[in-house]
Amino acid sequence: MQFLSNELPLIHKTNYLMFDIQKIRDDFPILHRKVYDKDLIYFDNAATTQKPQSVIDAVTEVYEFQNSNIHRGVHYLSEQLTDSFEKARKTTREFINAKSEKEIIFTAGTTASINLLAFSFGEKIIKTGDEILITALEHHANIVPWQMLCERKGAVLKVAPVNDKGELLFEEYQKLLSEKTRLVGVTHISNALGIINDVKAIIDEAHERDIPVLIDGAQSVQHTHVDVQALNCEFFVFSGHKLYGPTGIGVLYGKEEWLEKLPPYQTGGEMIHKVTFEKTTFNELPFKFEAGTPNYTGAIGMAEAINYVSELGIEDIAACEHQLLEYGTKRMQEIDGLQIIGTAEKKASVISFVMEGVHHYDAGMILDKLGIAVRTGHHCAEPVMTRFGIEGTIRASFAFYNTKEEIDTLIDGLQRVKTMLG
Amino acid sequence: MSIKEKQEEIIEEFSVFDDWMDKYNYLIELGNDLPDMEEQYKTQKNLIEGCQSKVWLNADMEDGKLKFSADSDAIITKGIIALLVRVLNNETPEDVLNTDLYFINEIGLQQNLSPTRSNGLLAMVKQMKLYAMAFNAKKQKEN
Repeated sequence: MQFLSNELPLIHKTNYLMFDIQKIRDDFPILHRKVYDKDLIYFDNAATTQKPQSVIDAVTEVYEFQNSNIHRGVHYLSEQLTDSFEKARKTTREFINAKSEKEIIFTAGTTASINLLAFSFGEKIIKTGDEILITALEHHANIVPWQMLCERKGAVLKVAPVNDKGELLFEEYQKLLSEKTRLVGVTHISNALGIINDVKAIIDEAHERDIPVLIDGAQSVQHTHVDVQALNCEFFVFSGHKLYGPTGIGVLYGKEEWLEKLPPYQTGGEMIHKVTFEKTTFNELPFKFEAGTPNYTGAIGMAEAINYVSELGIEDIAACEHQLLEYGTKRMQEIDGLQIIGTAEKKASVISFVMEGVHHYDAGMILDKLGIAVRTGHHCAEPVMTRFGIEGTIRASFAFYNTKEEIDTLIDGLQRVKTMLG
Repeated sequence: MSIKEKQEEIIEEFSVFDDWMDKYNYLIELGNDLPDMEEQYKTQKNLIEGCQSKVWLNADMEDGKLKFSADSDAIITKGIIALLVRVLNNETPEDVLNTDLYFINEIGLQQNLSPTRSNGLLAMVKQMKLYAMAFNAKKQKEN
């Protein structure tokens, strides 16, 4: 039986009102490569996104023309690069509308940001019997650092449950907030299922009891406009590489008054003000939390990625990805025995699903050989899988450079998977 | 048939496929044909946990030869298991220990046995060799 005519190059005819898809795709060199002689269809954007040429160029330029250690040198290169690095901080501040650059801490990524916070916040605030409240939708990165902190301090990790659609049970969440709760940590958008949490309501509810809130924005800054002042969260974290930027760079945003009162995490380098063998005093914000030589190349690359998405417009990106989500969801429902996991009203462009009689790993292997990159498994969110009584899903996550024609090819691929395995 | 002959036979069988889907279809067929593992052997002890697909492996010794039975919850993985069992079953512990499983490379499935693949297959091959080593040690002790 003939299923696919993959020998012919895929023609992307998807018509977005907002931008010219061919021009967008030309910005991303990797989208033009082939895997196993097929056109690459990259649907693993929730794991990491591809990089536009401008980001690749910005990173190359640092190494070719600007490289030098920042904040220290008296010389020309060091001063120039320090300026670029601090400009990257300003771009990042504007992107999430933080009040001050002091509130933007560069880290290695979302996981590093949460670990930093779990240590510094934990040292200062958490005592035996205290509670930290998370939700059943969290990525391991927003579970394990808190679990370890609770073990160290004899505190208790509480988990707010979700319904069968994957939506947070708000009343249960309210009930779990107690006078012992010291922090609420919640994902903005679920990486495993794509569900968008109503973080504003979650934050406001916690604030009724003066409880600070951390928002895990690893999956949100690339899909939706984030304004940390409007959200009014105490902490917000995200990664550069999921935002079309380089790997190894991320952000911990914290309200200044909170960051001021927390102790440093790692020590050494620029974060220090004065050292004697008797006592060390620490530098001011944001440097207090940036021990060692920071990833300046990553920060500059991430700022370029922010410029790229800002120029396209995050609302337009969201609108375009919503089209892909709707189209993909509709087409997947044509496949008998396919069940989408996470059917909340509000979703980002992530479709997580299982197929009757098909192991997700087999499906992933077959799709891979058809040139289609999806993720399979538990997506580093095992408790989410446990909640739905499954071991894993197949996850297709779309970005604005994807097209309906690529989704059609995925659907053909899934029909083929079904014929082979079903 | 020697281990080498069995490997050559598999390479011959796979030489007719020039498309990945044909290879996978054949592996699926082999996976479906692999005799079911008795439920009593599908224990936690026999489970080799890969991150994504589960693999169960049991080994016994009969008349100086190893008898493997294995299973997986993923069918392509199970097809590869069927190949490994076919090559190493009914062989002496010494032969299993000294075997280079070159057919995996020859038929293009080496990726599936790489340490970065989370399917439990590499651990399964190691476990097969460990069983061979254990039965070998036991035999030497008895002698």
